Amino acid sequence: MFEIDSGFKDKELSRALLRGIEKEFKSPVRFMEVCGTHTMSIFRYGIRGLLPEGLFLVSGPGCPVCVTSQGDIDLIIELSKEPEIIISTFGDLLRVPGSRGSLMDERARGSQVNVVYSPSESLEICKKTPEKEVVFIAIGFETTVPTVAATILEARAKGIKNFSILCLHKTMPEALRTLLEDEELGVNGLLAPGHVSAIIGARPYRMLSREFNMPIVIAGFEPADILQGILLLLRQLNDGRADVQNGYKRAVPEEGNLRALSLIKEVFEPCESTWRGLGKIEGSGLRLKEEYGEFDAMKRFGLSPNPSREPKACLCGEIIKAKATPLECPLFKRACTPLSPVGPCMVSSEGTCSAFYKYGLL
Amino acid sequence: MCLAIPMKVLEVKGEEGDFLNPPLAVVEASGLKKEVRLDIVDRFPSEGDFLIVHAGFAIHTLSEAEAKESLKALEEMAKGV
Ligand code: SF4
Repeated sequence: MFEIDSGFKDKELSRALLRGIEKEFKSPVRFMEVCGTHTMSIFRYGIRGLLPEGLFLVSGPGCPVCVTSQGDIDLIIELSKEPEIIISTFGDLLRVPGSRGSLMDERARGSQVNVVYSPSESLEICKKTPEKEVVFIAIGFETTVPTVAATILEARAKGIKNFSILCLHKTMPEALRTLLEDEELGVNGLLAPGHVSAIIGARPYRMLSREFNMPIVIAGFEPADILQGILLLLRQLNDGRADVQNGYKRAVPEEGNLRALSLIKEVFEPCESTWRGLGKIEGSGLRLKEEYGEFDAMKRFGLSPNPSREPKACLCGEIIKAKATPLECPLFKRACTPLSPVGPCMVSSEGTCSAFYKYGLL
Repeated sequence: MCLAIPMKVLEVKGEEGDFLNPPLAVVEASGLKKEVRLDIVDRFPSEGDFLIVHAGFAIHTLSEAEAKESLKALEEMAKGV
């Protein structure tokens, strides 16, 4: 069968793009790959090691579990202790350490924690256990939000009463703005996330690029996509331009995914959100609209936000802002490993510490 | 969590806008077959299209021609360096 993306893995193509990068590379630069899936691809294909010396890629705030605040992690773990509640969650949250233990530890003590691949699977759990309350832990960016919106609309259409979500969604443009406002960021260009952009389109980046004079390229996840992104960023720098270029047209329409955007708007509205490392950012979160309040686990169970206190010595908060690398963390590979992680960046497969641990420094 | 590979549509089941029985597509990539939801996809797909999938939901439809075109554009760019 024709494998649609195999062409983007082609070695010759990647080599040619690398030659282009070498030619365009003039002086030291730092580009940030904003998305955790980019971080994974970059390490898997050893791309950092292929780049000319002085061309650095740094990871950004694009791993959803990693940017969730410690207070919110603690809130989730507390919630899981309620005997009438079944937690439904994506798998990468399980091992994330709260102030006292993780969801995994609670599960070992008898809490009911179900790992799902899709939020909609939560509704099947609802049907199977009508005597229990099922709470989906809604962590994720704009790519995940519409899948949760669709699940809520389905729950309403089917009259499912024992379903709610703990809504911890975050949106990318506002966080990027906060990052870019930091004069010490020291980043010369952004590789913008592929699948967040498939939903929000290229437009939200245009304002950021203009305002901060920042070259931005939307990139896909295959090696050639990422190399192309780097090459386009270098060309912009050399031409003295700061534009938004879409290097992932096969997935990202300029205006985004209108159907998904309208579903998000139907169910959610912007609110303040607390990010690990970045703190509170106005308009960077999404909460359920009044009309969908019945699905809000905070309301249903009378919860209130936990104050955040991030684990001492863990540098995740700095790593998210590209201010530190895992190698600067005294706990890296010593007290902190994937089997006994201290911070979320070591847990999630999209986390920078996990990538450094798995692939080493190339 | 993002699956980067677009998956080929073998069959479409159900109708657009039906929240009681959300529409599905049977898709395949690298020999892996599964069903994905079509509630949030930008363009409702037909058989033979490709879907980009996230958390069990298709988020974008592209035709084989569109995929080939973007590969060609990239190859052109690589040739030009
Ligand atoms: S190595 Fe562990 S403790 Fe250090 S920053 Fe990473 S996750 Fe935190």
